[in-house]
Amino acid sequence: MGQTVFEPWNDPEAKPLIQFKGVTKRFGDFTAIDNLTFDIYEREFFALLGPSGCGKTTMMRMLAGFEKPTEGKILLGGQDIAPIPPNKRAVNMMFQSYALFPHLSVWDNIAFGLRRDRMSKDAIAARVEEMLKLTRLTQFARRKPHQISGGQRQRVALARSLAKAPKLLLLDEPMGALDAKLRTATQFELMDIQEKTGTTFVIVTHDQEEAMTVASRVAVMDNGRIIQADTPARIYESPNSVYVADFIGEVTIISGTARRSGAGYEIAYAEGVPPLHAESETHFDTGEPCHLALRPEKVAISAEKPSERRNTVKGRIIDIAYLGNLSTYHVEIEGGRMVKAQTANTRRLSRRDFTWEDTVWLSWSDTAAVMLKD
Amino acid sequence: MRRFALIALPYGWLLALFLVPFLIVLKISLSDTALAIPPYTPTLDLSEGWAGIKAFLSALDFENFTFLTTDDLYWKAYLSSLQIALVSTVLTLMVGYPIAYGMANAPDHWRPTLMMLVILPFWTSFLIRVYSWMGILSTEGYLNQFLLWLGVISTPLTILNTPTAVYIGIVYTYLPFMILPIYSALDRMDDSLLEAAEDLGCSRLSAFWLITVPLSKNGIIAGCFLVFIPTIGEFVIPSLLGGSQTLMIGKVLWEEFFNNRDWPVASAVAVVLLLILIVPIVLFQINQQKQREAEE
Repeated sequence: MGQTVFEPWNDPEAKPLIQFKGVTKRFGDFTAIDNLTFDIYEREFFALLGPSGCGKTTMMRMLAGFEKPTEGKILLGGQDIAPIPPNKRAVNMMFQSYALFPHLSVWDNIAFGLRRDRMSKDAIAARVEEMLKLTRLTQFARRKPHQISGGQRQRVALARSLAKAPKLLLLDEPMGALDAKLRTATQFELMDIQEKTGTTFVIVTHDQEEAMTVASRVAVMDNGRIIQADTPARIYESPNSVYVADFIGEVTIISGTARRSGAGYEIAYAEGVPPLHAESETHFDTGEPCHLALRPEKVAISAEKPSERRNTVKGRIIDIAYLGNLSTYHVEIEGGRMVKAQTANTRRLSRRDFTWEDTVWLSWSDTAAVMLKD
Repeated sequence: MRRFALIALPYGWLLALFLVPFLIVLKISLSDTALAIPPYTPTLDLSEGWAGIKAFLSALDFENFTFLTTDDLYWKAYLSSLQIALVSTVLTLMVGYPIAYGMANAPDHWRPTLMMLVILPFWTSFLIRVYSWMGILSTEGYLNQFLLWLGVISTPLTILNTPTAVYIGIVYTYLPFMILPIYSALDRMDDSLLEAAEDLGCSRLSAFWLITVPLSKNGIIAGCFLVFIPTIGEFVIPSLLGGSQTLMIGKVLWEEFFNNRDWPVASAVAVVLLLILIVPIVLFQINQQKQREAEE
């Protein structure tokens, strides 16, 4: 079988590190977290993803101890953490603003938490050096936070929050203040550090690419609820709702009614056009409204009608988004609906096959689209 | 050239309003007292030309400064002023810091009102406010009446005309100068720093000592100097509230000028006072400079 896959959430024997049990958090009459129940396992890199105001930061602050749940329980290693104040929790947090102490050097910032534990001087020095090495900051140890770059500050914040070897590390938009290039590099660095230290990471982000890159599981949140928590691949390939499909990546949603046909379903989406075909593990009744979520890269675009696929529609190119490596075509199909199709730009731009106003054929396989309930 | 014109304005201001008066005072301090108007000699007479200037300069001496060292009243007054200024500064800090802290942590919509309340006393005459303290602190004053009514004391306390009254007056008067720089330092502080400190194992109290206090250090220093420097030369408060017991150099200075009409000695006292003040003023400027650099 080779290497065992890290999937504790599929193992009924595995004991979760964190358990949310019916957790609700209200601020006045605003419900930030709505009756949430789910588990996070040890050594996981868990991402909370959602638009601003979806409750992801509130969840993190409850884990850190800055907020208390209005209802329900949060267990850490089987123990209810509600009565434990933030300074006694084996949980550390890396703040979005980094919150480095401006009057202390990098070294003293990292040592700050260790000193509070009344560790011996030598033990503190050894641990700080270890952290400096891990985050490649050794040469900046004596500098003050305002004397180093943004990327270095981010690493100091990480080193400081990791220094106490917490059971759980919370990262609040850790890459929010970095530019795009540095962000990508830092994401891999973060994964590397997570693997080396074996700490459980919970990251809050609104950047879906970041969540997909770093996390072992991603929880897509909306209005205080987790809509879907799964591996990045499953979130992308088999979203459980239109919201998740729409939130992650680009997608075309085609709404219609389902009708059983052979191994799959026929979806009637417009008058006077042949129905689309799709397979689905979920059951749909005949006549039940459904939504087809279609990823643009799974849609082929061609000048002639392809013969090998059942799902073919004719359309006209309205818009082309050129992304360098990829091009996304916005095609208006018969019936007025827009469908996105994406192709890799394997040839030079001057030799592109299609241009604006061209009539083209779009096609996709029966398994390409995901059928979603209303 | 335009650059020169631009800086000429503040320098001209400084020259006219600080340097020239100071040179006049310095000149008087080197003169001798006389029964004349003005009550000192020599006076410069330009009609006699160069010889007149020479005669004028040769008549100046340091006699008055030597005199200051012969009478122990003066150095005692200087010392007592320093001591009162020091104690008052500490007291003002102890009262002002909690107020500034409370303001910085108050809900946003409260802050303009609180700020207003701190500044409001400046809108009435300083003299009237000190007089009203006489009404509060005197033996038959409101404070004693109130305490007697409460039954805390059976005989009225003597507060007016004691050093205590001077301290109360100074703390009251200079409190805004302490509050405002500390408030501005605390207000700039990022609240997530305290959460980070707590997250790393600090109690609320130790987070205050390890984070809040060091980060408001510059505000504390600025506030202390802003109270300390004017308090050394304070005259109105000790003379109105302190009675004859309180010895402060500002009062001595006033008496030399107006009771003894000894302008030269009074000027010498003023010059020495300024020399003493230069030290804290320079320290204050260094602190401000450092703060500006830290903010860049």
